[in-house]
Amino acid sequence: MGESGAALDSGPLVLIGDTAHGPRIEAVNRAGAAAGARRGMMLADARTLCPEIATAPSDPAGDLTFLEDLAIWAQRWGPWSALDAPDGVLVDVTSVPHLFGGEKHLLADVHEAFAKRRLSIRAAIAPTAGAAWALAHYGPDAAIVEGHDAIERALADLPVAALRLDEDVVTVLRRLGLKRMGEIATIGRDAIQRRFRNRKSPAANPLIRLDQLLGRVPEPLLPVVPQQIPLVQRRLLEPIRYRALLDRVVADLAADMARELEGQGKGARRLELQLWRVDGKVVVRRLEMAAATRDPAHIVRLFAARLDDIDAGFGIEMLRLRASWAEPLALEQSDIETAAETRGTSLAACIDRLTVRLGAKAVSRPVPFASYIPERAQRWQPPLEPEPASQGQLAFHARPLKLLDNPEKIAVLYATPDGHPQRFRWRGQVHEVARVEGPERIAPEWWRERRGARLRDYYRIEDGEGRRYWIYRQGIVGDGRGGAPDWYLQGLCA
Amino acid sequence: MSRPELASLPFMAFEDVAALSARRNARWRPGLAANQGLALHNEVFASSCEGVGAAAALALALDDWRSLPREDVGEAQDRRSVLWVQTREAVRRVGRPYRAGLPEELQARVIHVLAEKAEDALFALEEGLRCRDLAFVVGEIAGNPKPLDLTASRRLTLASEKHGVPLFLVRIDAARDLSSARMRWEITSAPSLSPHWNAQAPGAPRWRAELFRARSHAPGEWVLAEEQGSLTASKARREADEAMADWTAGLCLRHPPRRA
Repeated sequence: MGESGAALDSGPLVLIGDTAHGPRIEAVNRAGAAAGARRGMMLADARTLCPEIATAPSDPAGDLTFLEDLAIWAQRWGPWSALDAPDGVLVDVTSVPHLFGGEKHLLADVHEAFAKRRLSIRAAIAPTAGAAWALAHYGPDAAIVEGHDAIERALADLPVAALRLDEDVVTVLRRLGLKRMGEIATIGRDAIQRRFRNRKSPAANPLIRLDQLLGRVPEPLLPVVPQQIPLVQRRLLEPIRYRALLDRVVADLAADMARELEGQGKGARRLELQLWRVDGKVVVRRLEMAAATRDPAHIVRLFAARLDDIDAGFGIEMLRLRASWAEPLALEQSDIETAAETRGTSLAACIDRLTVRLGAKAVSRPVPFASYIPERAQRWQPPLEPEPASQGQLAFHARPLKLLDNPEKIAVLYATPDGHPQRFRWRGQVHEVARVEGPERIAPEWWRERRGARLRDYYRIEDGEGRRYWIYRQGIVGDGRGGAPDWYLQGLCA
Repeated sequence: MSRPELASLPFMAFEDVAALSARRNARWRPGLAANQGLALHNEVFASSCEGVGAAAALALALDDWRSLPREDVGEAQDRRSVLWVQTREAVRRVGRPYRAGLPEELQARVIHVLAEKAEDALFALEEGLRCRDLAFVVGEIAGNPKPLDLTASRRLTLASEKHGVPLFLVRIDAARDLSSARMRWEITSAPSLSPHWNAQAPGAPRWRAELFRARSHAPGEWVLAEEQGSLTASKARREADEAMADWTAGLCLRHPPRRA
């Protein structure tokens, strides 16, 4: 893949990287290759062949970032893609080509889109990633292989380098006289197995590579279970730049998605809306729902809040909606939006609306947790998840209605001989304690806390005006874990 | 002096407009929701140095909830949740709800919403009021934020009345600004009842509640307490109360009924 700009292609040009032995050529353009420069050659050698060669420093990190962007952009042809550094992208187009009108049209679309970005490519479609890689690198242009049986025939003529092997292995095979992939099958599997018996990595063992390529051995790149993610998309004749049009298209997509999900008897829990901009950027908006739904009006309403900050740039040319997390949902469900007008929303719809505006963390439910320390005995979890199992709490431990996020230190002005405060100051106000109950001693949880943690003595108190608080003293005098104990106010009672 | 009990008078006695208004101004008492329907938009003013605002709001809400006839809920067991909205500032001042200290029937029902700004809190309150699966909505907003004006309060009232979900909005450290709330309370602590076994310990909570603005009741002041799972109200000041009763009775007697 290289820039095909006229100015860059007019004369021989190489990209060089610095090595210990001087500049080495990393990439060559067409004119340079014609002049004799090759990748991996020292620049000085190339200069002797072609003195007028122009140079520019290579930028591997920049190339990699560009390739990453490209891999995300290439998801317009399939829901899943992977990097094949330094210059390749793998896209999983399983069950996608019908959206483009067949494999042939899909490849044509790929070529057209890359041509628009002024990138020249070679592309191929095959049942396995290895076969597609081999065809793209060494096969005929725009090759398509359908079905596992056709792979072996289609690849027989390719050089053994198409097996994605290390350089030294390719050299060994060439010295054995095996130049084409079809020739490997002629000398028998056992002989090759014996020759490479202690090579375990796929890149060093031609048999493993061959099996991967033919689909006999799974390759980690492939999805383990072929799953049909509900996916709908709209490719637009004219890029859209205005919000009203975008809303219209999103509504269409939501209606398509509802039909798709209905066919599968599912409801979406997570939806991803991807917007391809004309300039190659991809904007992604994710939505997670509290309960499975496929009501288009509800989906549109939730997305409407998320589309405000989208920068359309020169326009959006393609949109895709996919339900990356779907759950079974029985077939009948009434329309949330019209029902909301008359009978109010359901709890799940209400929570969806709240989380979309306020964030997922803002809506939660308190659940008990097995701990003696009061602030640790309560945790927050998403509101519609089932409650974790827990032990019943002891009824004789009175707890306050409200707990402050951080216990606030109080200044004890006068303490009774029993040890609890008689008069204290909190938030600049002096309180006179009228009634008190306690102490309730809570020892530190040694299995969670570090060694020096001090125990707490809790008191439930009421002051002269009837205000009820929950205070504690941290530590006791002479416990050898610090100086004089401090007093804190932690809770407000009813 | 024996005064005629208002409810015992025959309806024909109330032909006078003033007398009608006096009848409408029946005193508030716990369990009134059974006769009059829910009080849908309530405001509770409280100080941030005590936890009584939310406590009294929950007590009032639970009182309404318990006294409603059950058949319109339709199920033997009511499983609806309760939405509790707090602004970040309110959390800083009076803390978050603590599950173990909540009334028992609410422990598994509370859904908490933490809003950064008052606008967000108002949005969450309104969404909650529109939800048919909520028993009631509790809000806690600190101070007098600008977004909470008469328009916003009217929106809440309308949403609440349309969908029949009661709202109890706790106003922490707030001035008594304009509002369309149907009942507005000012709550402070009162010394608690002395418990049976330990006279030194704080007992069941009591609150001094002043109803200073209400659409369908005369203002008044009570001491509220939760006893055996029900809300009780006792008169805070007998003399003020009698003056009020004299006033309503005087309205009745000023124009004697024509067809007496």
